[in-house]
Amino acid sequence: MDNTAKSLENGNALPPDLAGVNDEIPYEELSIATPGQLMWWKFRKHRIAMISVVVLAIMYFMAFFAGFFTPYDPNEFDASYKYVPPMHITFTDENGDFTWRPGVRGLIEERDPETLRRSYNEDPDTWYPINFFVKGYEYKLLWLFKTDIHLFGLGEEAGEQPYFLLGSDRLGRDMFSRIVQGGQISLSIGLVSVFLSLLLGIVLGGVSGYYGGWVDNLIQRTIEFIRSIPTLPLWMALSAALPPDWPQTQRYFGITIILSMIGWTSLGRQVRGRFLALRNEDFVLSARLTGARDMRVIIRHMVPSFTSHIIASLTLSIPGIILAETSLSFLGLGLRQPVISWGVLLQEAQNVRTVALAPWLMIPGLAVVMAVLAFNFLGDGLRDAADPFNR
Amino acid sequence: MIQFIIRRTMMAAATIALISVVSFIIIQLPPGDFLTSYVATLSQQGDTIPEEAVTALREAYGLGEPIYIQYYKWISGVVQGDFGQSLEWGVPVNTLIWDRLRMTLAVSASSILFVWTVAIPIGVFSATNQYSLADYFFTFLGFLGLAIPNFLLALILMWIGFSWFDQDVGGLYSPEYQNAPWSMAKFIDLLSHLWIPMVVAGTSGTAGLIRTMRANMLDEINQPYVETARAKGLSELRLIWKYPVRVALNPFISTVGYALPELIGGVTIVAVVLNLPTIGPLLLRALLSQDMYLAGIILMLLSILTVLGTFISDILLAIFDPRIRLE
Repeated sequence: MDNTAKSLENGNALPPDLAGVNDEIPYEELSIATPGQLMWWKFRKHRIAMISVVVLAIMYFMAFFAGFFTPYDPNEFDASYKYVPPMHITFTDENGDFTWRPGVRGLIEERDPETLRRSYNEDPDTWYPINFFVKGYEYKLLWLFKTDIHLFGLGEEAGEQPYFLLGSDRLGRDMFSRIVQGGQISLSIGLVSVFLSLLLGIVLGGVSGYYGGWVDNLIQRTIEFIRSIPTLPLWMALSAALPPDWPQTQRYFGITIILSMIGWTSLGRQVRGRFLALRNEDFVLSARLTGARDMRVIIRHMVPSFTSHIIASLTLSIPGIILAETSLSFLGLGLRQPVISWGVLLQEAQNVRTVALAPWLMIPGLAVVMAVLAFNFLGDGLRDAADPFNR
Repeated sequence: MIQFIIRRTMMAAATIALISVVSFIIIQLPPGDFLTSYVATLSQQGDTIPEEAVTALREAYGLGEPIYIQYYKWISGVVQGDFGQSLEWGVPVNTLIWDRLRMTLAVSASSILFVWTVAIPIGVFSATNQYSLADYFFTFLGFLGLAIPNFLLALILMWIGFSWFDQDVGGLYSPEYQNAPWSMAKFIDLLSHLWIPMVVAGTSGTAGLIRTMRANMLDEINQPYVETARAKGLSELRLIWKYPVRVALNPFISTVGYALPELIGGVTIVAVVLNLPTIGPLLLRALLSQDMYLAGIILMLLSILTVLGTFISDILLAIFDPRIRLE
């Protein structure tokens, strides 16, 4: 008789190591569940992490299909609509009657007679409904299919009147379109850079923990050295050294490599710690005794036993990378126009007078905060779930 | 103890030596040597430089010679206090940095004080009142503090100050004290400006340390020794601060070494936004105009500052906790 059946028969309460997984799952299922199932159940219990998954999924989905979600070409400028504030959505049409269709008022341009500064007011006598699946500028969906269908926009009757959901910038470009487009860079740079750090961290941390001795010493001192230099100034100096005549894609990868060259250290430490703990386990010894080569022992036997922890700490290191890219681009050392990332967008908000005039230029910062928060919560949930058994 | 200090000193010295190598590499990174671009800048301004002067400079910096000789010439200058020429400003680097470095030190140090005085009590409170409304509030605040980029927070504060209080919150002095000699009034004026960069640069550090402190305290608070002390009738306040807090502080102090580099980085970018007379904006300008001698020296000084800070915290930790020395 195996253990599960025995404890079922005795009608025992949950063994202490399963108590913290998830109260809603019946005991019979808990006791025979695979580790994967246990992790999923435990993760599901972390409400905020679940919400974060949805938030991140929406953000990445929008960035991936950016062309579809942007009503206007993010790089198209219109000199007659500079610094237009975010436009309100109204449900009352031009006659003041209630409708179920969302719409916007037309804009009237006014000039202050003294400062000659332009301002825009909403004209209560006009009303343009917001249409869905409208024709707009032409783009390539998934970089492949040419189309001009966009999720929303104003119909024919609006004429030249654009709809700025989140306002427009100093060149009359649509902020909403630019933020969605910028997500493509800002959200992907975190993933790519974390992937590179993972490679470095696993290889160097693994070698360090598996072999020990002077190799370990050397790698650990290197990590300590890298971590003793102030991170941001070092990032700044390295990105400033990238040749200015590099094309933008090359620059993107240059920045990614710089970020991961410094970012791998904490991951490397964790991997090393795990290796040190596992090195003397019986299953590793037996694998070695059966004649498996070092690489095989590492990849087949040791790595699988801590992948869940690695995934959790990877998730927790993405926010740092996103923040770093944003800071560098904000300072003008990272990515540059015409490439759009959230940091590049925030560069427009560098001057406090501009911000006072057009506070909506700070909205890309909100996108950054949302992404970073969501990744932090998700990482927290994953870290709890990575260890489904109560400590 | 003496042995420990000697070992630490040697490690710090080795780290500083390595840092100088890295800084030198960064100076060398941009294509072309600095003298060529220096001469180009000067002739752009209509200056003509006699050929002999260029050759003399070339000799002095060892340009054209192997890289390790160049490094040797550079580092022997640095050790004697000759930091080279700033390309953009046309003056020795020396004259540019010291005032700003002092200000950086002042802002960073006050930021650390802020982080500690705020993070420790809140962390302890959150742990002793786990799952209370205040605990959730601080946890949420902590997450938010970690998620908002420093520069954005600075920007928002400036914006609020500018549009609602009609006050320019940038800089470290009011205009009337800008060039005034040091006095009590100027010092008070400095303090009234200092709190903004202090809070902004300290936010993410505070958020992180609150979480660490809370976790450490939760590990300690259910230990039998706490129960014993309680059974003996110690008042709750004294009990908490006398026993578990002291134990929980230990892992906390040892992470200061990692918090420091991030803090100094944070101060750098905040200073750019708030336009502080610290070394951050100078570094940014130097990097943007490829004024590499200036940039390399600043990076080196910032790193040395960090290493020294970590060194001091290590020694302090060893004095407070004898167990550390044995490791």
